[in-house]
Amino acid sequence: MKISYNFAFFDEGSKREIRRASLKAVAIPGYQVPFASREMPIARGWGTGGLQLTLSLIGREDILKVIDQGSDESVNAINIKKIISKTTGVKLTDETNIATLIQSRHRIPELPLNEAQILVLQVPVPEPLRVVEPSEFITKRLHSEMEYSGAWLMLFEEIMKYGNMATGADHPVYVNDRYVMAPSPIPRFDNPKLNYSKALILFGAGREKKIYAIPPYTKVVSLAFDDYPFEVENFGDKSCKICGARGVYLDEIIDEEKGDTFYQCSDTSFCINRLNKVAIDEGGEA
Amino acid sequence: METKISYFEKPILKVKNLTKQYGDGCESCLRVDSNVLIKNYCPHCGTVYACKDISFELHKGEILGVVGESGSGKSTMLQCLYFDQEVTDGEAFISSYKNGETNIFKESSQAKRFLKNNVLGKVYQNPILGLKMEFSSIGNIAEKLIAAGSRKVCDMESRGKELLDRVNIPLFRIKEAPKNFSGGMQQRVQIAKALSNNPPILLLDEVTTGLDLSVQANVLDLIKQIQRELGISMLVVSHDLAVIRMLADRTIVMLDGRVIEEGLTDQILEDPQNAYTQELVHSLI
Repeated sequence: MKISYNFAFFDEGSKREIRRASLKAVAIPGYQVPFASREMPIARGWGTGGLQLTLSLIGREDILKVIDQGSDESVNAINIKKIISKTTGVKLTDETNIATLIQSRHRIPELPLNEAQILVLQVPVPEPLRVVEPSEFITKRLHSEMEYSGAWLMLFEEIMKYGNMATGADHPVYVNDRYVMAPSPIPRFDNPKLNYSKALILFGAGREKKIYAIPPYTKVVSLAFDDYPFEVENFGDKSCKICGARGVYLDEIIDEEKGDTFYQCSDTSFCINRLNKVAIDEGGEA
Repeated sequence: METKISYFEKPILKVKNLTKQYGDGCESCLRVDSNVLIKNYCPHCGTVYACKDISFELHKGEILGVVGESGSGKSTMLQCLYFDQEVTDGEAFISSYKNGETNIFKESSQAKRFLKNNVLGKVYQNPILGLKMEFSSIGNIAEKLIAAGSRKVCDMESRGKELLDRVNIPLFRIKEAPKNFSGGMQQRVQIAKALSNNPPILLLDEVTTGLDLSVQANVLDLIKQIQRELGISMLVVSHDLAVIRMLADRTIVMLDGRVIEEGLTDQILEDPQNAYTQELVHSLI
């Protein structure tokens, strides 16, 4: 049996509903807009929020890039690319600068994005106050009253316990001086990239049924105390084992047989591009 | 000279006709001369009148006691004043807020939040309501300070240590979560939290109920000491007359949601006028 899907899998009504929620999200930066999260052919928690945003936004002219923790080639990224390309036929790419639509899990690409691009991030827990307050009814009220002491309290507790702000990822941010927002589990390293980003950044949480956004050129400030300023991960003098890059986000990899530790770029496309450039400079073919 | 007198005369908190009811009321219970109510409950429509026309004033540095049997509306009144519940009707004014001319019950939820964070402190009967049991004790105190606008960790840490020391929590346990503490210790952490940003008004709801006698005495001592040293005005709700006798300068007696008697604490305990108050005082062991 051959099933032919509508363009981009969804029926037009669904796409319209998700776009409406996205527009509202753009109009109120950092505010979590509820939407009717659809059943998807992948399980909730595997990027259904991001996938729904991507499918509702994509057009025939778009060029799509999907990354998972910086990698273009992980199983999750490949599967998402497959379903989108099968139901739309759009071009796929690994290259950050030619993509018009980038769906990502937990990383913002190293290359700066531009105004013509949209970044879609997959979000597991959209509510920055969830750890402190389990009730959605109450967190909504806390947002409306700008009562964010809970988010600060979490950071204070980390300082008391570990001596510094130990958020590994998902360090909360103030958007447009109004809403405190969970930036999805991107490393702190990527938080500064949200501030006055040229590209529109959309966040989709499929399981929690929320969409939120940082429109282009929006002020985004990471939460920090006066005497404990926000800091990104520091890799010291370590560099990528493959391409030699410094000052980028590095993955720590342990060779279990030899017990060695080495580092390589988390953004695989960035790493490959650097290698290709070196190859071209040396007179080879890309 | 005149300004000084009016300053002293102006109460820090003024409550006028506070009313809280659950249900809309019906023809038979809303009539002015109605006598259908069973205690504070209307058997026709099921409406409960938790607080009816409660008015009182609280002055600077004063402790006002509120006594009454369980179900008389004491706690509901405190919940209304701390915005945990919305009032049905009535007004309240705080002298330091907008010159004491604005009814705080009619303010926006943001303004109420501001008052809660900056002007009021509340100690609940049950520490679970006032503390975050999973967070450290010092974190609990910091929460209130953060809410009041503090953004310096070292300041909050030293203030937290000072307060916890004050309420006799050993300093080596301040990073522990209150869930590991005994009931008396939890209550003392709660008091420290409520005091952290020096609120001019403190609401205490049955703070010593359920504590054993020596801990009770400890907590009462602490409250008295704080009031003397910091000049904080307090509203102390208790059904325990001994607590009221020890703490309160003036007392109001509540029954079925109404204030039935008010006056100096000694006067009420020695020479009660109302039949119910007489019964209450005579039942004091």
